[in-house]
Order: sequence, then C-alpha cells, then structure tokens
Amino acid sequence: MDLQVTWFFLWGLLWAVFFMTDGFDFGVGALYPFLAKSERDKRVMINSLGPMWDGNEVWLLTAGGVTFAAFPKVYAVMFSSLYSALMLLLFALIIRGVSFEFRGKIDDPRWTKLWDGCIFICSALPAILFGVAFANIFKGIPIDAQGIYHGNLLTLLNPYGLLGGVLFLMLFLVHGALWLANKTDGDLQKRAVAAAGKLWPVLLVVAVAFLAASKFATGLYDNYIAHPALFLVIAATVAALLATRLLMARGDYFKAFLASATTIGGATFYGVIGLFPNMLPSTIRPYFSLTAYNASSSPLTLKIMLTVVVLFIPLVIGYQLWAYRLFWGKVTDEDLSGDYAY
Amino acid sequence: MNTLMLSRLQFASTTMFHFLFVPLTLGLSIMVAYMETRYVQTGDEKYLRMTKFWGKLFLINFAVGVVTGITLEFQFGTNWSGYSAYVGDVFGSLLAIEAALAFFLESTMIGVWVFGWKRLSKKAHATVMWLVAGASNVSAIWILTANAWMQHPVGFTMRDGRAELVSFLQVITNKFALLTILHTIGAAVLLSAFFVMGISAYHLLKKQHREIFTTSFRIGLVFGLVASVFTVINGDWHAVHVTQVQPAKLAAMEAHWETTTRAPIHLFAIPDEAAEKNRVQIGSIPGVLSFLGHHNMDAEVIGLRDIPRDERPPVLPTFLSFRIMVALGTLFPLLMIIGWFKRNKLEESPTYLKIMMWSIPLPYLAIQMGWLLAEIGRQPWIVYGLMRTSDAVSPVSTLQVATTLGGFFVVYGLLGALGFYLIATNAKKGPALAPAA
Repeated sequence: MDLQVTWFFLWGLLWAVFFMTDGFDFGVGALYPFLAKSERDKRVMINSLGPMWDGNEVWLLTAGGVTFAAFPKVYAVMFSSLYSALMLLLFALIIRGVSFEFRGKIDDPRWTKLWDGCIFICSALPAILFGVAFANIFKGIPIDAQGIYHGNLLTLLNPYGLLGGVLFLMLFLVHGALWLANKTDGDLQKRAVAAAGKLWPVLLVVAVAFLAASKFATGLYDNYIAHPALFLVIAATVAALLATRLLMARGDYFKAFLASATTIGGATFYGVIGLFPNMLPSTIRPYFSLTAYNASSSPLTLKIMLTVVVLFIPLVIGYQLWAYRLFWGKVTDEDLSGDYAY
Repeated sequence: MNTLMLSRLQFASTTMFHFLFVPLTLGLSIMVAYMETRYVQTGDEKYLRMTKFWGKLFLINFAVGVVTGITLEFQFGTNWSGYSAYVGDVFGSLLAIEAALAFFLESTMIGVWVFGWKRLSKKAHATVMWLVAGASNVSAIWILTANAWMQHPVGFTMRDGRAELVSFLQVITNKFALLTILHTIGAAVLLSAFFVMGISAYHLLKKQHREIFTTSFRIGLVFGLVASVFTVINGDWHAVHVTQVQPAKLAAMEAHWETTTRAPIHLFAIPDEAAEKNRVQIGSIPGVLSFLGHHNMDAEVIGLRDIPRDERPPVLPTFLSFRIMVALGTLFPLLMIIGWFKRNKLEESPTYLKIMMWSIPLPYLAIQMGWLLAEIGRQPWIVYGLMRTSDAVSPVSTLQVATTLGGFFVVYGLLGALGFYLIATNAKKGPALAPAA
C-alpha cells in the first residue's frame, strides 16, 4: 500500500487514540467542580486519573512527533499557523500536569483551592481548543503558497471552529463521566451517572449539528459521496453514540465507556477520512493545501518510521492495557491512603 | 527586538529550564531503583524508607520535567517552522522515535510505580522503577542523537531545498551523538549524586535519621565518584571531536584567534571581536591547546581569523561557559575523592558535609554552562554548516512571541520556584517516621 496513504491513516489513528484516552482525563477535570462535593470526592476523581493520565498524554506527543517525522511541512505550517491556540493549549497542559502533583503537597485550603481551579480550567480549555483546532483543519485555514498563515487566533474562533470546540468538550465530558461511573461508587458515582445522562442529549444535538455544519463549512463529504461505502464510518460512529446511551440506561457502565471511546475514535476518523488526502487545506486556493502527497518525508524515512511504529506501538498498547487492567476497579480509601496518592 | 531574537531567547530559556529538572530524573531514577532493589534483596525496612523518601523528591522533580518537555516538542513547529520543514526527515524521526520508544514507557510506568505499591509484588514494583530509569535514559539517547545531528549532520543529502535521510545507521552511529550521550548522562548522574549527598549531609549535620542518610550519602558517593571522573574523561574525548568537526566552536571556546601550531591555551581572556584578538589574556600556556585538541603539541589549531566573520559564534559567552564548566568539572572529582576517604567518618567531618550541602547547585550550573557552550558555540548555525538559525524561524509576529515569552517567564518562574520550594521542604522533612505502608 502507498506509504504516504498508510502514514496518513496512522497519523489519524494516533490522534484518535489520544482523544480516546486523554479525552476522559480532560472530561473528569472539566467535571471536577460540578461532581465533587467533598475533599474525598475531589481526591477520588483525580486519583482515578492518577496512574493513567501521563501515559495518555504521550499519545499527543507521539501524534505531534509523527506529524513532524512523516509530514514535516504539515507540522511546520500547522504549528506556526496555530501559534496562539497551541501556546494556550500548551500552558494549560503544563499547569494541569503539575496541578495533580502539587495539590496535596501543602495543607492549606487556599493552596488546594488554587490547584483545584487549575485542574478545572486546564482540563476544559484543552478540550475546547482541540475541537477548535481540528474543526479549522477540517474547514481549512488561510495559508498561502509559502505556507504562511494569513490570520490570527480570532480567525479560528469562527462559528464552525467554535462548534468543533463545543463538540469535543461534550464528547470528553460524557467520556469522563462514564470513566467515573466505572471508577467510583456511592453518591459520587450516582452523580457521575446522572451527569452522563444529562450531557448525552446535548452531545447528540451538537454532534448532529456538527455533521450538518460540516456539509456547509467543509469539503469533508466529497470523499464520502465519491465512495458511499465510507458512510458506514459515520453510521458506525452514530451507532456507537446511541449505544452509549442504551448501555448507560442498562447500567453497563463499562461497555458504555467503551462505546463512548468508539464514538470519539469514529468521530476522529470521520474527519480524517473526509480530509484525505488533505492534511491542511488552504482556504485561499485549493492548490495551496498541504496534502499527504506534497508534504511528506522521503520514502526512506517513512519506511523506517513505519517499521518503528509497527514494532513498538502494539507493544505500547499492550502495556498500557495491562496498566488499565492493573488499576481497574473503584478508587478505595486504601488507594487514597497510599504514600504517593494525589 | 524581532521575532528571531525573541524566538531564540524563548527556545534557549525554555530548554534551559527543562534541563534544570531532567538530569535529576535521569540519575535519581537509577538510584531509587537501586535502593528499592536493595530492599527487595535484603528485606531491610531502611531501604524501603529510603526509596519512599528519595522517590517523593523524584516525583516532584519529574512532574516539572515532564510538563516543560512538551513545550520543546511544540516549539520546533511553533517558532522554528523553517527548521522543521528543512530537517523533518531526520530530526522529526528521532523525536517521534523518542516518543514511541521512551516517553510511553516512562510515563506509563511512572503511573504504575506511584500508584501500584499494593497491586504488584515487591520484585515487580522495583522492576517498574528500573523501567522508568531505563526509559528516561533511552529518551535522552534519542534527543541527544537529534541534537548531535544538528551539530554534525550525517547520513543525509540535500534535495528540493531539504535535508533528506540517506542512512539512518549513520545518523544513529554519529560519533558526536555517542560522545554527547556519554557526557550528558554522566553529568546527570553526577548532579543526582550531589543532590543525594547534599541533602543527606543536611540531615547528618542535624544528627537525624543517621542510618538512612549515611547509607544514602554512600550510595550517592559511589555514583558521584564514578560519574565525576567519567564525565571529565569523556569530556576530553568530546572536545577532541569538536576540534575536528566544529573548528569554529573550538576556536571560540578557547578565544583562539591565530591559526598556529603549538597553539596556546588561555586560562582567562576577554575577546575583542571587532579587532579579532583578545583585549585581555591571562595565563597563556603555549602548546597546550594543540595538545588538548589533537594530542600533539605540534598540531595546527585553526583560529577565528581564518573563519569567515559571519560563521563565527559569539566568542565571550562561548569562552566563559566553557571555562566555568571545566572549572566546576575539575572540582567535582576532588570533592568526591575527599568524600571517599571520609566515607566511614562522615559525622566527624562537619566541614565537608557543609561543603557538600552548599554544593548542590554547582552541577546545575555546570550543566547549564555546558549547554550554553554547545548551543551558542554552534551559532550562527542551527544545523552546523548547513542552515543558519536566522533562516529557520517561523513567520509569526513579534507580538505573539513577545507574549508567549513573557508567559513562559511568569509560568515557569512560578513553577520553578514552587517546584524547588516543595523539593526543599520535603527534603528537610526527612523520611516518614512510621513504617512505610
């Protein structure tokens, strides 16, 4: 199979896995002030993320790294064009990361409150920013023949971009709530389940709106119309979204969480398939767009990277799944009393 | 102030800040893994308490190290898009491999180590910390290989205005990479040794938790003794290689202007770049530079005057950073050797303990000087001999970079202060009194 096409879909896969994993971390953080009614609740929520969040975040670094390695021109143009949005995202990720570690280190309510605020803002903001960024990638941004961006941060905050932000936020909120439904018990779990139930219809509406808006704001559907079998991807994603609600109603929170993950993965691929072969469409002229064909590395680099990925990513998935299994189950008082617990 | 200068300042300061925390991660992870292994082998609770104490400090440091690393991966794209598009084939691959091989393992396993005490057997749990230590150091290997390619590009060809990979093997067997890796990891272990020894000294001076800190001090001492000597020796190999492949850097770091055989070394100098000579020159010893660089007093060493003006690095910062690093690098083995002779009578050596306590910042300074030398000495090139830093910058506005630079100063300033404050207070607190859970 064509190296560049293979890499295009691997690229999409890495982003999908990032959203499926760190997505619930962002969701839990964004639900933090709403679901936690006590210090114990707060600690349960962040300790549920404790073992996993750092490993989840590395999918972002790998997706970014792969963009750099396989499609250097896309990495260069995307990161410099989206400068302000990415820097904002970066600061949020930096502060989120230390919040978990620093929060419990000083026994002062003002200290704790500060980091609690940081956890909330620095989880909600990335969710929104990723949605804004990807919606704009689907839509295209004003880049010229030299790949220079003729816009700014406000350019990205167009209606479709903002809708993308809301969509990702909703996806991650439901995903986070379902993570908590699995990892918590008692009143906290009841609140998490209730939240998932209330958020899901909003997510449904936003998802439908996004699917419709994409017809007008983007060229995503061109590929689908040319190859109608691809509509199955959209159908499967919607099915997963519906299944999430059904499984929630049945009280099967584990399967509901998996359905939610599938929805997020499917949503990512909906966009990625629609984009193909574009990676960064230009709204100035279509032929200024960066594609998998005109922005890739040499065949040798792609081959070497493919070997690395084929050898190591299954290994990574293997030991990350092992870690999920090791820590599966509710967060208990014993967990909270560990020397290093958050 | 333009985008270029601001971007250079931003990259330099964010990288230096990241590297305040990385060396301790690289070295202390190995020491903590060793301590936990001793616990598994002996069942002695002392080692468990040590593991948990040093591990606590490790985790605070690790958190800041990780988050400040994300900045760097982003920054190649955000601020150096010219560079990224130019070298993605080679440099991008090395970064992606670093993430796939090392970051994943490090970040997944640290979560398991932190939270998995009760879910894994003692042996498995200790193994997990070895995985963290291994993965961190493997990560260093890949990023240093990437930096080495910038210093001495190999295994590529130019095509369509870009560097295209021709031989991956050449890239990963680049001699510059090997030498940088040995030197950096050696320095990281050395810093970690000073950290452990200095904090142990604090407690020994207060005559508290004596068993734990005597053992900790001695563990640090063994690592420190080996690392300090090793780093000096391979530092020399590295400088010899730099003499061959980066003559401009060598000339600048020695403030050497005139190409000559029996080239002299100057203990101290103040260069006058306009006049192409040294305004001040103290302690000049003929022939020593030729000997250091080529192991032959009659060898010719190229002077700055024979390097085109626009290919010379800034001389004073390169010269000074090298001198400071070497001065400290010479001091470190001496402190370790003294420690070796006093290792069985530490509590009777309060002066030495005080010196070691106050010496904790010194390896931090030495390492920062080393990186200033490496990176300033490579200027004006971002890829030596191939691409200029001034051609590599992103087309972003001065206002954007000024804003983010300001943002980094504020956020990193606060994080750094908090991080070191938390490390210091927890270090002073000492290990938990009750038997560890």
